[in-house]
Amino acid sequence: MSGEEFVPLSLVPILIGTFTAIACALPGNFLVLRKQALIGDAISHVVLPGIVVAFLVTGTLGTWPMMIGAGLAAIVAVILIEAIRRLGRIETGAAMGVVFTSMFAAGVLLLERSDTSTVHLDVEHALMGNLESLIWLDADGWASLLDPVALEGLPPELSRIFLTMLGVAAFLWLFWRPLKISTFDESFAEGLGIRTGALGMALVIVSAIAAVAAFDAVGSIIVIAMFICPPAAARLMTDRLEAQIAWSVGFATLSAVLGYVLAGYGPLWLGGDNAVSAAGMIATLSGCILALAVLFGPKRSRIGAPTEG
Amino acid sequence: MLFDALTLQLGYNATLVALGSALLGISAGVTGTFLFLRKRALVADAISHATLPGVGLAFIVMVSLGGDGRNLAGLMLGSAVSAWAGLLAVQAITRRTRLAEDAAIGAVLSVFFGAGVVLLTVIQNMSSGRQAGLDGLLLGSTAGMLFQDAMIIAGGGAITLALVLLLRRAMTVVAFDAEYARSIGINTDRIDMLTMLLVMAVTVVGLKIVGLILIVALLIIPPVTARFWTERSELVAAYAGAIGGVSGYVGAAISASAPSLPTGPIIVLTCFALFIVSLFFAPERGVLAAYLRHRRFQRRVHIRQGLLALAQDLPVYEPLTIRLLASEGLARRDGVPTEAGRARAAKALRDEHRWHVVHSLPDYEAVSSLYDGLRDIETVLTADQIAEIDTHIGGPKGVPA
Repeated sequence: MSGEEFVPLSLVPILIGTFTAIACALPGNFLVLRKQALIGDAISHVVLPGIVVAFLVTGTLGTWPMMIGAGLAAIVAVILIEAIRRLGRIETGAAMGVVFTSMFAAGVLLLERSDTSTVHLDVEHALMGNLESLIWLDADGWASLLDPVALEGLPPELSRIFLTMLGVAAFLWLFWRPLKISTFDESFAEGLGIRTGALGMALVIVSAIAAVAAFDAVGSIIVIAMFICPPAAARLMTDRLEAQIAWSVGFATLSAVLGYVLAGYGPLWLGGDNAVSAAGMIATLSGCILALAVLFGPKRSRIGAPTEG
Repeated sequence: MLFDALTLQLGYNATLVALGSALLGISAGVTGTFLFLRKRALVADAISHATLPGVGLAFIVMVSLGGDGRNLAGLMLGSAVSAWAGLLAVQAITRRTRLAEDAAIGAVLSVFFGAGVVLLTVIQNMSSGRQAGLDGLLLGSTAGMLFQDAMIIAGGGAITLALVLLLRRAMTVVAFDAEYARSIGINTDRIDMLTMLLVMAVTVVGLKIVGLILIVALLIIPPVTARFWTERSELVAAYAGAIGGVSGYVGAAISASAPSLPTGPIIVLTCFALFIVSLFFAPERGVLAAYLRHRRFQRRVHIRQGLLALAQDLPVYEPLTIRLLASEGLARRDGVPTEAGRARAAKALRDEHRWHVVHSLPDYEAVSSLYDGLRDIETVLTADQIAEIDTHIGGPKGVPA
């Protein structure tokens, strides 16, 4: 395929997909290990009301209002879940189910009731994402990568998700030791003076930030696949956390690139003439990778697994 | 307008939807109770999202066979098949690998949903415009519901409800004590599987009205709400059914009363409103009841401690204690006891001495453990026993017994 077609139409979506997948997979590793995978589920659902409220308040879909709105929604959700769990003495799963479904319903209702025709925000987009629409119209070939005028026209989502990915990576790098210790042995971490509660909250907020940035590209439900599938598959490949994170980044990249290519060009190879949903295909591929890991992963078994430390 | 909707005056279609939603809500609430008691509420989330690829495949198959792709019965059959596959995938991941159930649930729900989204775009491409009915299955859409659809939903809801009622004993035993259930010959795996089948049935029936993303709310919120009102499992199930039914009915009515009020979200938010009311105002477990209980306890502790201080002529500094004593007419605002206050204080001190004696007598060991600093001694001992204890102290002077 020629650069003239690839660079404007496919390069940016592939990059956004890859960065999204990595930004979600990094905190996802810890969520999976801490048995908090469904926090990712809850966050990705409550991002919607956060973004809608931010839009209603500011009237724009700028980066900061969206981030702040979604971050606040994530915090509200976590507080509500805790409050319901404690006040009602209800198990966490059910408390989460109550909160995130209700907040999601509120988000859908607000969205349906408000006029969002001026911006790209509708229910279908929120659920399924729209990776294909993030094209780079100013590019006309590989040379555009060095052309400052053309680079001006890059979709803002690209830099947003790239910075988010760097931010998430920086968070993990800065808090690596406390995160690792508190994930595997919370009471030991407390004994060392690590504030595990605050750290857990920080992890949730970082995940929320990744979810918001990813929301644009892949939609709220497929974000969950990006949080869970690559780390879960990586978990079945190795016993070491460092290696697990490397595997998960590899799986995330593989599913993003291959998923986009299959969605964009697969139907053409099969004789169809329209592409299918790239975000959906990326989720499907990450699921296929997980399925292969479940069937053949070297460390898949629970039995005989050495105790982590 | 809303009143018209609630009294089924908004026409044929709205009436069908309201009744169908009420029936769906009842069966979802009752089924969800057993899921909730088994602490597996979020498995329902995986099941419901996993219906989407089945819906897409059923549509494609029906169209390629020359039929109408939007036939509800066909879509429901397809969704049931893929929900079943999703459930098996969750179980395979949790049993065969070291991944926990939460990771399995999240992976299955998102991957199946992603595959479903891919199929939806395939459908969009293959027959432009004819997939209109499928989007409605995500968040529920009751506009233009056919009589036969309503009948399918009502029939499905009724069958599910009947099955839950048949299985309720076994499911209750398994939920509370799986070990005991096995020992009396119940196949817990089979009961768990049947519970999940019922959840799947509710999901499939609810596709049209509430949509596959929010149906899980109708399975979780009613039992959680019902749990605030009672401690008995049969009643939890009954209340959850009632709460689900009311939410379905009222939600569908509100949704019919004005445009752009999507049915699924409105039903869920109605349900959530009932939950919030219960969280705050339920008689035993509610927040308000707990607060009042706490205040009553606080009041008794303060008055008791205040009286003991007055009896020993110690000054009371705590402002709340003085305020409470004053409001009972036991002391003045400056902390000086009234006549009634003196009498009560003397009695409090005497009772404290009595308790002290009780603690030292081996015969009263059981009673002794009841001491919490608040209990009146007359409520645990007879007059004769108190008289016997008083012989150990020697009679009090100046205060009637």
